[in-house]
Amino acid sequence: MSYKTLLFMPGNNPGMLQSSDILGADGIIIDLEDAVAITEKDAARILVCEYLNTFDTTQSDIFVRVNPLDTPFFYDDLDAIKTLNITGVVLPKASVESMEALDKYLTENNLDFKVIGLVETALGLEMAMDILSRSKKVIGVLLGAEDLTLDLGAKRTKESEEIAYARSRIIAVSKALQIEAIDTPWTDTDDYEGLKIDTLNAKDLGMTGKALISPRHVDIVNSIFAPSEQEVNHALRVVEGVKAANEKGLGAFSLDGKMVDAPIIKRALNLLKMSGDYKEEYDGLLK
Amino acid sequence: MDYLNNIDLDSIKIIDKSEYPTKKAKEDKVTNDIDNLFKELNIHDGAVISFHHHLRNGDYVTNLIMKQVQKLGIKNVTLVASSLFPTNKELIPLLKDGTIKNIVTSYISGELGEAISHGELQGYIVMQSHGGRGRSILNGEIEIDVAFIASPSSDNKGNISGVNGTNSCGTLGYAIADSMMAKKVVAVTDSLVEYPNSPADITEDYVDHILVVDSIGLKSGIVSGTTMITKDPIGLKIAKDTLKVMAASGLLKDGFSFQSGAGGISLAATSFLRDYMIENNLKGSFASGGITGYLTDMLEEGLFDSLFDVQCFDLKAIESLKRNSNHLRMSASQYGNPEVSTVVDNLDIVILGATEIDTNFNVNVMTGSHGMLMGGSGGHQDTAAGSKLSIIVSKLFSSRIPLIKDKVDVITTPGSTVDVLVTERGICVNPLRQDLIELFKAAKLNVVDINELKDYSEKIMGVAKPIEKTDRVIGLSEYRDGRIIDYIYEVK
Repeated sequence: MSYKTLLFMPGNNPGMLQSSDILGADGIIIDLEDAVAITEKDAARILVCEYLNTFDTTQSDIFVRVNPLDTPFFYDDLDAIKTLNITGVVLPKASVESMEALDKYLTENNLDFKVIGLVETALGLEMAMDILSRSKKVIGVLLGAEDLTLDLGAKRTKESEEIAYARSRIIAVSKALQIEAIDTPWTDTDDYEGLKIDTLNAKDLGMTGKALISPRHVDIVNSIFAPSEQEVNHALRVVEGVKAANEKGLGAFSLDGKMVDAPIIKRALNLLKMSGDYKEEYDGLLK
Repeated sequence: MDYLNNIDLDSIKIIDKSEYPTKKAKEDKVTNDIDNLFKELNIHDGAVISFHHHLRNGDYVTNLIMKQVQKLGIKNVTLVASSLFPTNKELIPLLKDGTIKNIVTSYISGELGEAISHGELQGYIVMQSHGGRGRSILNGEIEIDVAFIASPSSDNKGNISGVNGTNSCGTLGYAIADSMMAKKVVAVTDSLVEYPNSPADITEDYVDHILVVDSIGLKSGIVSGTTMITKDPIGLKIAKDTLKVMAASGLLKDGFSFQSGAGGISLAATSFLRDYMIENNLKGSFASGGITGYLTDMLEEGLFDSLFDVQCFDLKAIESLKRNSNHLRMSASQYGNPEVSTVVDNLDIVILGATEIDTNFNVNVMTGSHGMLMGGSGGHQDTAAGSKLSIIVSKLFSSRIPLIKDKVDVITTPGSTVDVLVTERGICVNPLRQDLIELFKAAKLNVVDINELKDYSEKIMGVAKPIEKTDRVIGLSEYRDGRIIDYIYEVK
């Protein structure tokens, strides 16, 4: 699964939770951390459990953002969600220590949850490779630019030049580990043009998806990350070319006058996964 | 003209020169003396008095005139108002003292509606559609003694224009039938202008008196209710799905016609339709109904050839009506009178709201979850019946109140004229429209059975408690052709 859109939903808002599965996001992140006041942590945990046990949420993958390890709520959150039918956990302020603690908990409880690490501190950014390597359950990294810029002492702007380095570093780490690179949310809920520019910038840098805080952003971001018909057609031609070359015993071939090598084949396969056009028969094509 | 059939024309008497007509000035129609005017009108107990609602919640005229009626001790009046708004709560004492006995209207909201629901009207309330109101006045079913027409401007002969004057409110479509059929017509204005007042919505030949008052109301009150595109993501999803329904129906092609209400979801659907029309290089024939700035923008962008306007919903629509010759006025009768050729019969698509809908697709837009009057058909019945595709848009739950029921509290629009319901959790199609079911399934829309959707809703929210009402009928829900489709009961 490739998450073009991961939509945050407050864990203490029943009205929003009951609609979470119809908003078109590839995945939902139910938040027990920042969106929930300290006095409501217990109530939110109960509500989230009741919601996930009552509603059919199979339309979207569900992640839960737990509270950080350095709070009294980390293990309470994990205990509350361990029996739920969810896809995974988002780990805030990911550090070596918290990632190991989470991995240990999931392993000891025999939980097949996926993990998305939230990088939102300067230390976390610089140690991202190390942190995200600490658990085989990690499938993605999410850049949290609001907290990061606070930590860096930088001014958060719509142009996002202050997070250019962070974005590139996150993307490089994610590619190295072959996990998803999920961009920070666009926080102006009414500025759709700004959202489009920001998302396109992130995509062009190499992000594979974006986290969202507004349901109204889902369609725009989905459409930007969705491969175009032209891109899908080209990818299918690459794949067909590889199949034909393999049958003829050829190591390499050219398409439209350009040599098709491993990176191009890999890009085509990734694109087909994202567009939903990937078939099992493509599994062995990249040798 | 007996002489036309008179063979012997020599027997016809020709008048003598002494009987020749003389030029004499007509009686002055203008007065600012309400007491003298009422003496002349000689309104009696049991009279039928009418008003229009184009100033909506900004109207002062209905309260002003009815308080004069009360002051004169006139009782048992039938109030025929095209709509009544929260501002008309000032009429509640007139129910209690018997000044107003019966009410005929197309929409009522606010405390006056609640008072009537609690049985404070001594007679009955009849809820009509806008087209039904035009029909019943024009065919003589309702005989109006005096029509008081709130007039944003009038000259001294009674040419009334809705686009000129301090409190311009746009088209006066709901007052046309009244002006044509009432025994006496009084233009009530705060802007007496030079003759001829043009363009006139109602002309001097239909106006008997002009009452000049300090203020007929506040034009800002026109913008009451929801006239903004929703930002609610659920509402936006419904609006997007509504566009898919319209596209899948096959009706979105060059020359199509369209109407939507001024509710947030309807306006969002209109906005998405605009984008679709630009993207697909589509041009519509007309849009109709209550007109908003969203539609006047589309007219100016060339997306529609014309607008048929029975009611301006915002100030932008008023400006457009004044300057754009393709922004056309229409009367309520031209809009939806079932006894004549009407605009609604030329409509391809209409988007409408609902407070409740039942599993037979009957819609209630008249009473709220407590059973009290808080709305009315307006053009709901008319457009649902006339259009090729009537779409109801609504969230499946409003707070904790479910939309779909086994039986709605009061039937406003019969299910036999409702084609599609679009909610956030699925699209329900009336089984009478198998053609649409096939089209929608082919387009891979999320078509669900309305009974299943009701079950889902009840699983989540539970079954709504029945509304507590007495056995006393306080009014009738009238279909546009005059037949009665439901009773309205007193709320406990």
